[in-house]
Amino acid sequence: MRREWTAYLFNAPGLIVFLIFTVYALYVSFTMSFHDWPLVGDAPEFVGLDNYRDALSDDEFIESLGHTVYFVVGTVVPTMALGLGLALLLNSQIRGLGLFRTAYYLPTLTPLPIAALLWTWVYNSDAGLANYYLERLGIIDEPVFWLANRATAMPAVIVMNIWAGAGFSMLVYLAGLQAVPNELYEAAEVDGASAWTRFRRITLPLLAPTTFFLLIINLVGATKNFASIFVMTNGGPPGPGGSTTTVVYWIYTVAFRFYELGYASALAYTLFILLFAFSFMQYRWYRKRVEL
Amino acid sequence: MARVAGGERHELGQPVPADWEPLPPPRRRRRRFTPMRPLRYLILAVLAILFVAPFAYMVSASFQPLAQMFRLPPQWIPDDPTIANYTGFFGSGRDIGRWVFNSFFVSTVNTAIILFFSSLIAYTFAKRTFPGRDFLFLLGLATLMLPTEVTLIPNYVIMKNFPLLGGNDILGQGGHGMLNSYWGLIAPNVASVFGIFLLRQYMKSAVPDELIDAARIDGAGHFRIYWRVVMPLCKPALAAVAIFTFQFYWGDLLGPLIIISSSELYTLPLGLTTFVLPNRSLWHLIMAGSVLATVPLIVIFFIFQRQFVRGISLSGIKG
Repeated sequence: MRREWTAYLFNAPGLIVFLIFTVYALYVSFTMSFHDWPLVGDAPEFVGLDNYRDALSDDEFIESLGHTVYFVVGTVVPTMALGLGLALLLNSQIRGLGLFRTAYYLPTLTPLPIAALLWTWVYNSDAGLANYYLERLGIIDEPVFWLANRATAMPAVIVMNIWAGAGFSMLVYLAGLQAVPNELYEAAEVDGASAWTRFRRITLPLLAPTTFFLLIINLVGATKNFASIFVMTNGGPPGPGGSTTTVVYWIYTVAFRFYELGYASALAYTLFILLFAFSFMQYRWYRKRVEL
Repeated sequence: MARVAGGERHELGQPVPADWEPLPPPRRRRRRFTPMRPLRYLILAVLAILFVAPFAYMVSASFQPLAQMFRLPPQWIPDDPTIANYTGFFGSGRDIGRWVFNSFFVSTVNTAIILFFSSLIAYTFAKRTFPGRDFLFLLGLATLMLPTEVTLIPNYVIMKNFPLLGGNDILGQGGHGMLNSYWGLIAPNVASVFGIFLLRQYMKSAVPDELIDAARIDGAGHFRIYWRVVMPLCKPALAAVAIFTFQFYWGDLLGPLIIISSSELYTLPLGLTTFVLPNRSLWHLIMAGSVLATVPLIVIFFIFQRQFVRGISLSGIKG
């Protein structure tokens, strides 16, 4: 292997930025998490493990973990299921395929903060589309304050995100489905396999790599989804039990509204360790099933 | 009677023999669940309406006065369409023109940089062997698992203390560094893991090794091979990565929110959130601005749609 140096040269710019803004950043964050580190003013002060001790007894942080799980599961599972369903419906010589595909993909083209603004209006209690049509259909009796109500705020944000995300999963699933050889279905049909069996035994296993790809992309996207919370609810409505403060929103609040960078770093590291453990288990579980 | 397309005589004008059978039509792909077809269209149509409705309403509302937006039932086609919201949006005393420019500038520059460096790295991962390659690739994939929150805060500090920028001295003291400038929105993004992954998969399936070997024998260097041989074959994947990247930076809120403090450096989505005010949001202007912030993405998508869909089908989804 002569001239390997060019391979390293090609990697260098990406690697340098990675070293500064990821590797060094992780080190800086680690250091900060042991300090009382105000955004402005006083010099940082070493406090040892205090930040971590506080993190573990920080009710809002622990609740925000629950809200993130609620949001991520509530968003990712229906988004992918809907994407798969749409792709299956579209993958059968449908007339107007292009038109349908565009219709489902249109929300994905709307920038997320814009989609969040639009849905804030959709959920408007006086003149929003949601209240008007749900009342007309007899599903609700009186206007609902969707984003100001503890029970409905998170589902409302989730519905917006499913709307905004299903098109992407549909598009990727559609591509995956078109790679499944038709002969497999024909052979299965000859053997008398029902539609459900064909779906279970052929479609799903062959789509496993697609599902894995989408799962990663959607999980990452949902975990760091900040815009929809920031725009639609600002983490509210306040009070226990029903607020929409997710981890990313809570860490943002601690760092850039309370100006406690050290404590926010400790929160981020705690999250990091939790996520790492979770990803590791998920990877081990998935490795047995999919060739990556 | 045997059936022949176009009548009962075949093309030479001879009467059709009684025992003649036409060739069976070419076997088309079988349609499944035939009795379900109308139901299928119904489901697709209802869902399509639900997906398009909020979007259609946004466009419609952007041509309605604020008072009209508060009237029920909602107007899907404005009685008296007006462009006052658009002129009002630009005349609202905020730096709208600048925001539009900022959004375009930051998204375009980031997309160009990321496309170039990601494909360069992807090429080495897909078509070169060198010590440490698999380690680097796995390292990249591992960062996908890294929550944004962990690098968010240190990056703020690193940018603030970046040497020799934004009035900082060589030790990174005295100024605001990369904060509140285009630097902060561009410098940390040289390559994207997602882009590298997608392009690597695509190169593996779409660029034959023989082609690269042939170019090597002809004496081409690696950069030349990458630029002249590999890149032209990767247009669909490049289009997909370009669209995702542009879309990401165009719609990014958290980055500009933290990094930018002067309103003339806002991006369009960040600027739009300043129209949301407790109990007196300027919804008619928000709708006009939202349409303006969405149209570029739709235009770009439709220009590259073909390539984009091909790029997705050939990469990322097959291990």
